[in-house]
Amino acid sequence: MKPSKPYRVFRTSALVVVVFALMAPLLWMIAASFKTNVDIYDTAKAFVFSPSLKNYETVLQQANYLQFIGNSLWVAFAATVLSLLLGVPAAYSMSRFNMKNSALVVLMARVIPGVSLLVPWYYVFSNLKLVGGFSVLILSHMFVSLPLIVYIMMGYFDGLPTELEEAALVDGLTHIGAFRRITLPLSVPGVATAGILSFIFSWNNFMFALVLSGSDTKTLPVAIFDFVGYASIDWGGLMAAATVVTLPIMLIALFVQKYVVSGLTAGATKG
Amino acid sequence: MSAVITPRTDSPEAPAAFPETSAWSRWANEHRKWLFAAPAMAFVAVLIIFPVAWTGYLSLTDAEGSVRAESEFIGFQNYLDVLTDTDRFWPAVWRTVLFTGVVLFFEVVLGMAIALLLWRPFRGEKWVRVAILLPLVATPVAVGMMWRLIFDPNIGMANQLLGWIGIGPQPWLAGQHSALPTTMFIDIWQWTPMVVLILLAGLTALSDEPQEAARIDGASSWQRFRHVTLPLLMPTVIVAILLRGIDALKTFDILYATKGRGGGSFHEVETLNVYAYGLSFDYNDYGVSSTVLIIFFLIIIGVMWALTYRKKGLGR
Repeated sequence: MKPSKPYRVFRTSALVVVVFALMAPLLWMIAASFKTNVDIYDTAKAFVFSPSLKNYETVLQQANYLQFIGNSLWVAFAATVLSLLLGVPAAYSMSRFNMKNSALVVLMARVIPGVSLLVPWYYVFSNLKLVGGFSVLILSHMFVSLPLIVYIMMGYFDGLPTELEEAALVDGLTHIGAFRRITLPLSVPGVATAGILSFIFSWNNFMFALVLSGSDTKTLPVAIFDFVGYASIDWGGLMAAATVVTLPIMLIALFVQKYVVSGLTAGATKG
Repeated sequence: MSAVITPRTDSPEAPAAFPETSAWSRWANEHRKWLFAAPAMAFVAVLIIFPVAWTGYLSLTDAEGSVRAESEFIGFQNYLDVLTDTDRFWPAVWRTVLFTGVVLFFEVVLGMAIALLLWRPFRGEKWVRVAILLPLVATPVAVGMMWRLIFDPNIGMANQLLGWIGIGPQPWLAGQHSALPTTMFIDIWQWTPMVVLILLAGLTALSDEPQEAARIDGASSWQRFRHVTLPLLMPTVIVAILLRGIDALKTFDILYATKGRGGGSFHEVETLNVYAYGLSFDYNDYGVSSTVLIIFFLIIIGVMWALTYRKKGLGR
């Protein structure tokens, strides 16, 4: 059915407002990252200003951001890969054998407030001399990724028909062989969805890294705070830093939109 | 434990499409249910069970300063202290409830409105979807910083815009009473898109027949929404509320990025999560922070239970 003309006009104007409300702040942040601090303070130069790369120079050179970018990449990547290794088989099993209560154990990790885990973790890991190292950061980020991956992949495996696996069994493959050779290749889109979302959430994670990272292993969300001083804020540098954190993840999301959306809405329609 | 088991899940590789006959592979195939599930479960359980048990224990002690220091078992004294603390604890509970309630209300109402706008295909759909996705994947701490500049009382764009339409400058995040509503606004900006996506997925999965039937019966578009679409969509709405509700209760990044430690100098945005974080890592008051966390945890479980109970009550 085709919507009426007045409705189409209303819808177009409403959507323009929505798009503007969602995009304008982000564009403002990016614009400010190209302004000098003097220009940021000058209301006359709100829209018209001569762009400068000075803030990015500050961020990339003085604040050692290249290292922090590398840290964030490494932690998010390692946490995602390890969580996929643990999570995909687990989700398969939980989906095929209908292990509702076992799944609940893993999904509990989504519900528990992270602070309640951090004190004991900090105590144990500092005794093991691991705090400030990458292993503990990756471990804590896996704690974020794994439940996400299990949740998404369970839904995905639920939707895969079992007939192909059964045919493979008839053809002489073992159960595990059928999983490896038939199910796993079929679930590549699901794994991609789960992996991308896990990467995004790990990249954006703040609280765990705030407590568990050291000065050398700082991730980007924590490093942003370098630009917030006690007395004043280097607004230009701060906005450049915020852009450096946000832009890569937004670009990834844009290129693989389909996967991100299907991951974020996983399970929504099943109720 | 998980480290011991994990590598094995990969090892029984069939060299060819013939039945595996080795004892190990037969065992692995027979027990694949747990072989697959156990490592992930063990990983999460080890990282959860011990900390939660320890938090429970700490809540019964006067541990502070260093978790390694001597602490005494003091029974339920902390619970008594916390539950009678009208200075920090109860205001934090109130803020948590208010924050969660307000952002959930706006996110669901706005999210529903936007999802309905996007429901039927139109030109430029792709661009709208991009706009909806971007805030959602943006790093929350960076989002907090971004709004901090926009809401800055002196140089921020928000007050400039208000100035152009003749409204005086507002303190936004800097004000003792305006800070919490401002952080709510930021949360709504970032997370309404999440509700839009979930509801849109739900709407797209609905079949058209009930809609058509109602239309033929002469129902207005509001009546069709109220009596046909909404009831059918209710399970999805509950999922959205559940997912967003849990995260809203635990909001930390935006509050910490905009107001810093303790939720600002007057604790104006101090929710339970921020309060517990401060007690643990700014004041090292582990006994009290553990007590707050256990209570917080019980609140979350209670809310979850109530919502899933309601979901089942809807006759799914």
